[in-house]
Amino acid sequence: MGQTLSTLAYLVASVLFIMALRGLSNPETSRQGVLYGMIGMGIAILATLLRPGMGAGGIVLVLAGLAIGGTIGTVVAQRIQMTSLPQLVAAFHSLVGMAAVFVAAAAFYSPESFGIGFAGNIKAASLVEMSLGLAIGAITFSGSVIAFAKLDGRMSGSPIIFKGQHMLNAALGALLLVLVIAFVATGSPILFWLIALLSFALGFLLIVPIGGADMPVVVSMLNSYSGWAAAGIGFTIGNLLLIVTGALVGASGAILSYIMCKGMNRSIINVLLGGFGTTGGEAGPGAGNADRAPVKAGSPEDAAYIMKNAQKIIIVPGYGMAVAQAQQVVREMADLLKKEGAEISYAIHPVAGRMPGHMNVLLAEANVPYDEVHELEEINAEFADADVAYVIGANDVTNPAAKTDKTSAIYGMPILDVERAKTVFFVKRGMASGYAGVDNELFFRPNTMMLFGDAKKVTQQIVQSLQK
Amino acid sequence: MNPQQIANEAASLSDRAALLAEHARQLAETAAPVAAAAEPFLLMLTIFLMACFVGYYVVWNVTPALHSPLMGVTNAISSVIVVGAILATGLAESVAAQIFGFIGVTLASVNIFGGFLVTRRMLSMFKKKGS
Repeated sequence: MGQTLSTLAYLVASVLFIMALRGLSNPETSRQGVLYGMIGMGIAILATLLRPGMGAGGIVLVLAGLAIGGTIGTVVAQRIQMTSLPQLVAAFHSLVGMAAVFVAAAAFYSPESFGIGFAGNIKAASLVEMSLGLAIGAITFSGSVIAFAKLDGRMSGSPIIFKGQHMLNAALGALLLVLVIAFVATGSPILFWLIALLSFALGFLLIVPIGGADMPVVVSMLNSYSGWAAAGIGFTIGNLLLIVTGALVGASGAILSYIMCKGMNRSIINVLLGGFGTTGGEAGPGAGNADRAPVKAGSPEDAAYIMKNAQKIIIVPGYGMAVAQAQQVVREMADLLKKEGAEISYAIHPVAGRMPGHMNVLLAEANVPYDEVHELEEINAEFADADVAYVIGANDVTNPAAKTDKTSAIYGMPILDVERAKTVFFVKRGMASGYAGVDNELFFRPNTMMLFGDAKKVTQQIVQSLQK
Repeated sequence: MNPQQIANEAASLSDRAALLAEHARQLAETAAPVAAAAEPFLLMLTIFLMACFVGYYVVWNVTPALHSPLMGVTNAISSVIVVGAILATGLAESVAAQIFGFIGVTLASVNIFGGFLVTRRMLSMFKKKGS
């Protein structure tokens, strides 16, 4: 396949990728969108393999790599639990970052394969692009590894902050710039690897101070970075398909980050500087807050009785539901309540869960029809005429302090108005505050009933009493 | 104007044309390397910016319910970086570059297969009421 033909094939692949993203905008067309993406990727790989000059040994190596990676990817994708989706996506982002680092290295050691000069004598413009692709790739890699470790519980989700952190990051950033300039001037291999090392360190330091509650932003941001890394490599090796696709992914990730930030009423800078939610209090049921009215704790049987007589019930799931793997039993409860004549809907806050849209996937996994699941703007007005709001594993996103208390860490965050329902059930393990470290005054209201315990067990007990 | 004069005029005109052509050629020669260096980059930059806008408009209206699948797919297609890795593996003469390329292909393939398949799994779960 000649150059022109392969360029044409890349064009077709780019168009298919755009159509894939377009298809993903609607549940009806989404599966088709994935198909477009797969075809596009197939075309891109085939067209590259058929390029003139590809050695037979090289092709065998490529096929081996595709087979090994493909097998691992397939097995992982089939085995992964939907609850662990955020960490899987973070791990995948790290792979894109690492692949970018390796392609940059290959381009550095064999520039003639990409027509950007000769070993030891690479065009200055290409060196600039190369260091860009390398740095973004390396930052994506180490940042995603930290995000993975935090999401997977291999390291604490709480922000790690030390004195002079921002100064250190700024200094390292400046040093990176100096290294890039020196690298472009000299083309030295040592500087190449120093840039890689420093970028790894930067990616690590950038994500470490960001707390668990901000993970949806981090995951979207790394999604965006992985796109920019691909685009950077595209510039390096002069490949338009990589540039177009990288830009598409970068833009998509940036939009998701923006939506997540808006969902918390925080600026991206504020998230990046980190440290949010450091004062998370841990307390047993009913402990502390002695000056307030005592909380009203109820039994699952009480909840079952009240819900049996309710007309309209809104379920508000949060990360706690995912942790307890309670989505299936929540749907069972909803089915039983529907038989009793209740109208059930689900309300999802934009930042519920640990990655954008995570709750929707979990509910879909439990066979909840997607037209029963509503976003904040769609459903918020309906809490006023709901009989019951069943809040399971969510806290901060229901806290009215976001509307009233200007000193609160979550002030200005759009919240679900659960307090307007006639009765609010909170399924929680204890009285600990949410990720933002803010007390929720809703717990102390007369129309609130706390159901203390594991989200899954409590809901199971409700199901049992409903069946009686 | 007699034929002789016309012929003379024509001859001098053609001389001047030749001179102009020579000038143009010289100019082109000096300009070409500059243009060659600037144009591919400008072209790439143009396409890059256009693609950013396309991405922005295409993704802006995605329903929040599909944010996770969207991420799965963007994750998979960003592994198009495999193209660079394949070229490195197949074209490179240095063994180091070939090894780097091979590792790149393997890493990106995990992502391509894993990303698309996990997205398909997610989407197969989304069902409408009654279906």
